Amino acid sequence: MPFGNTHNNFKLNFKVEEEYPDLTKHNNHMAKVLTKDMYAKLRDKQTPSGFTLDDVIQTGVDNPGHPFIMTVGCVAGDEESYEVFKDLLDPIISDRHSGYKPTDKHKTDLNFENLKGGDDLDPNYVLSSRVRTGRSIKGYALPPHNSRGERRAVERLSVEALNTLDGEFKGKYYPLKGMTDAEQEQLINDHFLFDKPVSPLLLGAGMARDWPDSRGIWHNDGKSFLVWVNEEDHLRVISMEKGGNMKEVFRRFCVGLRKIEETFKKHNHCFMWNEHLGYVLTCPSNLGTGLRGGVHVKLPKLSTHAKFEEILGRLRLQKRGTGGVDTASVGGVFDISNADRLGSSEVDQVQMVVDGVKLMVEMEKKLEKGEAIDGMIPAQK
Amino acid sequence: MANNFARILSSKRNVGILSLVGAGSLTAAFLLNREHVTAGAQVRRVYPASAEYPDLRKHNNCMASHLTPAIYAKLVEKATPNGYTLDQAIQTGVDNPGHPFIKTVGMVAGDEESYEVFADLLDPVIKERHNGYDPQTMTHPTDLDSSKLKSGKFDDRYVLSSRVRTGRSIRGLSLPPACTRAERREVERVVVDALAGLKGDLAGTYYSLTHMTDQEQQQLIDDHFLFDKPVSPLLTCSGMARDWPDARGIWHNNTKTFLIWINEEDHTRVISMEKGGNMKRVFDRFCTGLKEVERLIQEKGWEFMWNERLGYILTCPSNLGTGLRAGVHVNLPKLSKDPRFTKILDNLRLQKRGTGGVDTAAVGSTFDISNLDRLGQSEVQLVQTVVDGVNYLIDCEKKLEKGQDIKIPPPFKK
Repeated sequence: MPFGNTHNNFKLNFKVEEEYPDLTKHNNHMAKVLTKDMYAKLRDKQTPSGFTLDDVIQTGVDNPGHPFIMTVGCVAGDEESYEVFKDLLDPIISDRHSGYKPTDKHKTDLNFENLKGGDDLDPNYVLSSRVRTGRSIKGYALPPHNSRGERRAVERLSVEALNTLDGEFKGKYYPLKGMTDAEQEQLINDHFLFDKPVSPLLLGAGMARDWPDSRGIWHNDGKSFLVWVNEEDHLRVISMEKGGNMKEVFRRFCVGLRKIEETFKKHNHCFMWNEHLGYVLTCPSNLGTGLRGGVHVKLPKLSTHAKFEEILGRLRLQKRGTGGVDTASVGGVFDISNADRLGSSEVDQVQMVVDGVKLMVEMEKKLEKGEAIDGMIPAQK
Repeated sequence: MANNFARILSSKRNVGILSLVGAGSLTAAFLLNREHVTAGAQVRRVYPASAEYPDLRKHNNCMASHLTPAIYAKLVEKATPNGYTLDQAIQTGVDNPGHPFIKTVGMVAGDEESYEVFADLLDPVIKERHNGYDPQTMTHPTDLDSSKLKSGKFDDRYVLSSRVRTGRSIRGLSLPPACTRAERREVERVVVDALAGLKGDLAGTYYSLTHMTDQEQQQLIDDHFLFDKPVSPLLTCSGMARDWPDARGIWHNNTKTFLIWINEEDHTRVISMEKGGNMKRVFDRFCTGLKEVERLIQEKGWEFMWNERLGYILTCPSNLGTGLRAGVHVNLPKLSKDPRFTKILDNLRLQKRGTGGVDTAAVGSTFDISNLDRLGQSEVQLVQTVVDGVNYLIDCEKKLEKGQDIKIPPPFKK
């Protein structure tokens, strides 16, 4: 909840063991790390905007586990959360991001020219390509914590910036509040519309408060570049198109992001970013690049192969259903994307997707012909 | 009761006692006079109230009807001594613009002091919800003397079951929207401790939601006793489901006629029920049980939240006063199809619900019929209203069975 944290001071009247959450049945990153001693150490702290330890962990306390993935179990309420609650968040970040250390530096690389290939993924298998990331506006609290006034300010700034875009990026903003039925129908058909979160992971963190106030969708006229305002992050930026031309999708992604960032800078705003954590977002799982580059790809034979999971793991890729993170696949079509976010650059991660998907499509073709793929299984990346 | 709650409690007791003493007027001076009950530390704000005021244009709940920008601006910088704020109190109403069957309240209290600190909003909301009851000028009668109830035995051919429920809050501890884990656990400890002292036909057992075995859970489901984590967004948006199932549980007596929910929507919900139409016995047990539980907690130095102006203090303003819902599951196949049914219920000050509770529709012709009112009349008066009303409905049903005509009763007068 936003501001005024007299409530946390009141809580300090109670002993640690009385306040410490019962995490015995929990299985998320937060529960693995938050000992009673750590709770005792951090419970009297708060960020300058008043975000507290209990605010950070509430979603993890309320959601002991997830059927498909090991959830993080905590969120940031503002940029400073990552500093004030380092003792909790650093080990979680390390666990979630393959051993990333508090002293490590993260590389940002949004030069699309550095991507090799990616324009030749077979469209008979790769149905669509997409790259998304998130951006937070420095100086404003994040979705778990922001007040209506702050959220509205984020919307205002974002829409101002987006409306200056031109050329291939010229587009329009559709606020969720006051959307006409026709607009809504069109956005659903385009697969652009996001709805009020239903996942208890998000609801438990307070991200859906005041819905649909200051939420909206902006997209370019070509329907290939899309920005979500005030959903799980301040901004989610998405470049997508049908088919397998990931190279083009990534180019548009990088160019668009850069233009948006420039416009913000002109208005004396910038994105939350630092050398250690890269781009700062609400969920610790999205730190670094915040990038998920992926395809919807037909892999009916490969996906039933005994080594499918192993192959994905070695390629540093993950699978999801075509409905997104909380779904299972339908008809042998999978959403395949990079597993990493922090510790490698945007170019590195998209390269892994491009190379990995190319390999898997070749494997699928081999399996179609009844041939074995054992010789093709890659080494661990 | 020498524990670390003692210090907090002593200041809270003063709060409670002063609320009894105060009699109000509409001005800000009203709050200033009640020194011990004014705001805690000023709430830090970055934006002016006008930038924070919620967009309530598409909303239809009591909070939205009364929260003007002026009242918002006045109250938004205040917090209760525990730090509960206006924005927290109204969050559920902002997030839930309306309900298909009923006009919802749209706000909650985080603690006893909320009703004082946010009186400028809560008083008009209470007035609208409770049929004109004015907390500024009126007092609420409490009467748990069940011997006063007349003719409380219904015809079992129509009434399938009878039930009376209310809620009680433990003074000195925050309410479910705001309570910390420690406070919630203390509520559980205090209440379970007291319930262990019940004897005779009230003796029973506590089942903690965290430690329940599968068999216990199945039995409680079969008995229709088990409550689950709230799914209604009205409740989840106000923060009542935090830390589930920590410190939540169900207690019931061995004969399964007296049941207490701990830390669901209120600190406690107290339920007396049985199959059939003996509302008198249900109400007897209800009053005896409640008084006994009160005696047991008082032995340990605790008390229920109550004051003269608002009666028993509960989380939702709709449950103030008696917090009492007395009802029956009754079969009314002919009457329920009569176009006058709704008007008859209205005039009897009764409401109908489906047999699944507040958010359900009726199945077949069996309805949950209960009192509409909570505040401004006593427990005895409200249960009498239900008794008289249900008897009237059964009488109508019988008349219709015989092909006779029925009359709409005159509007209820207290």
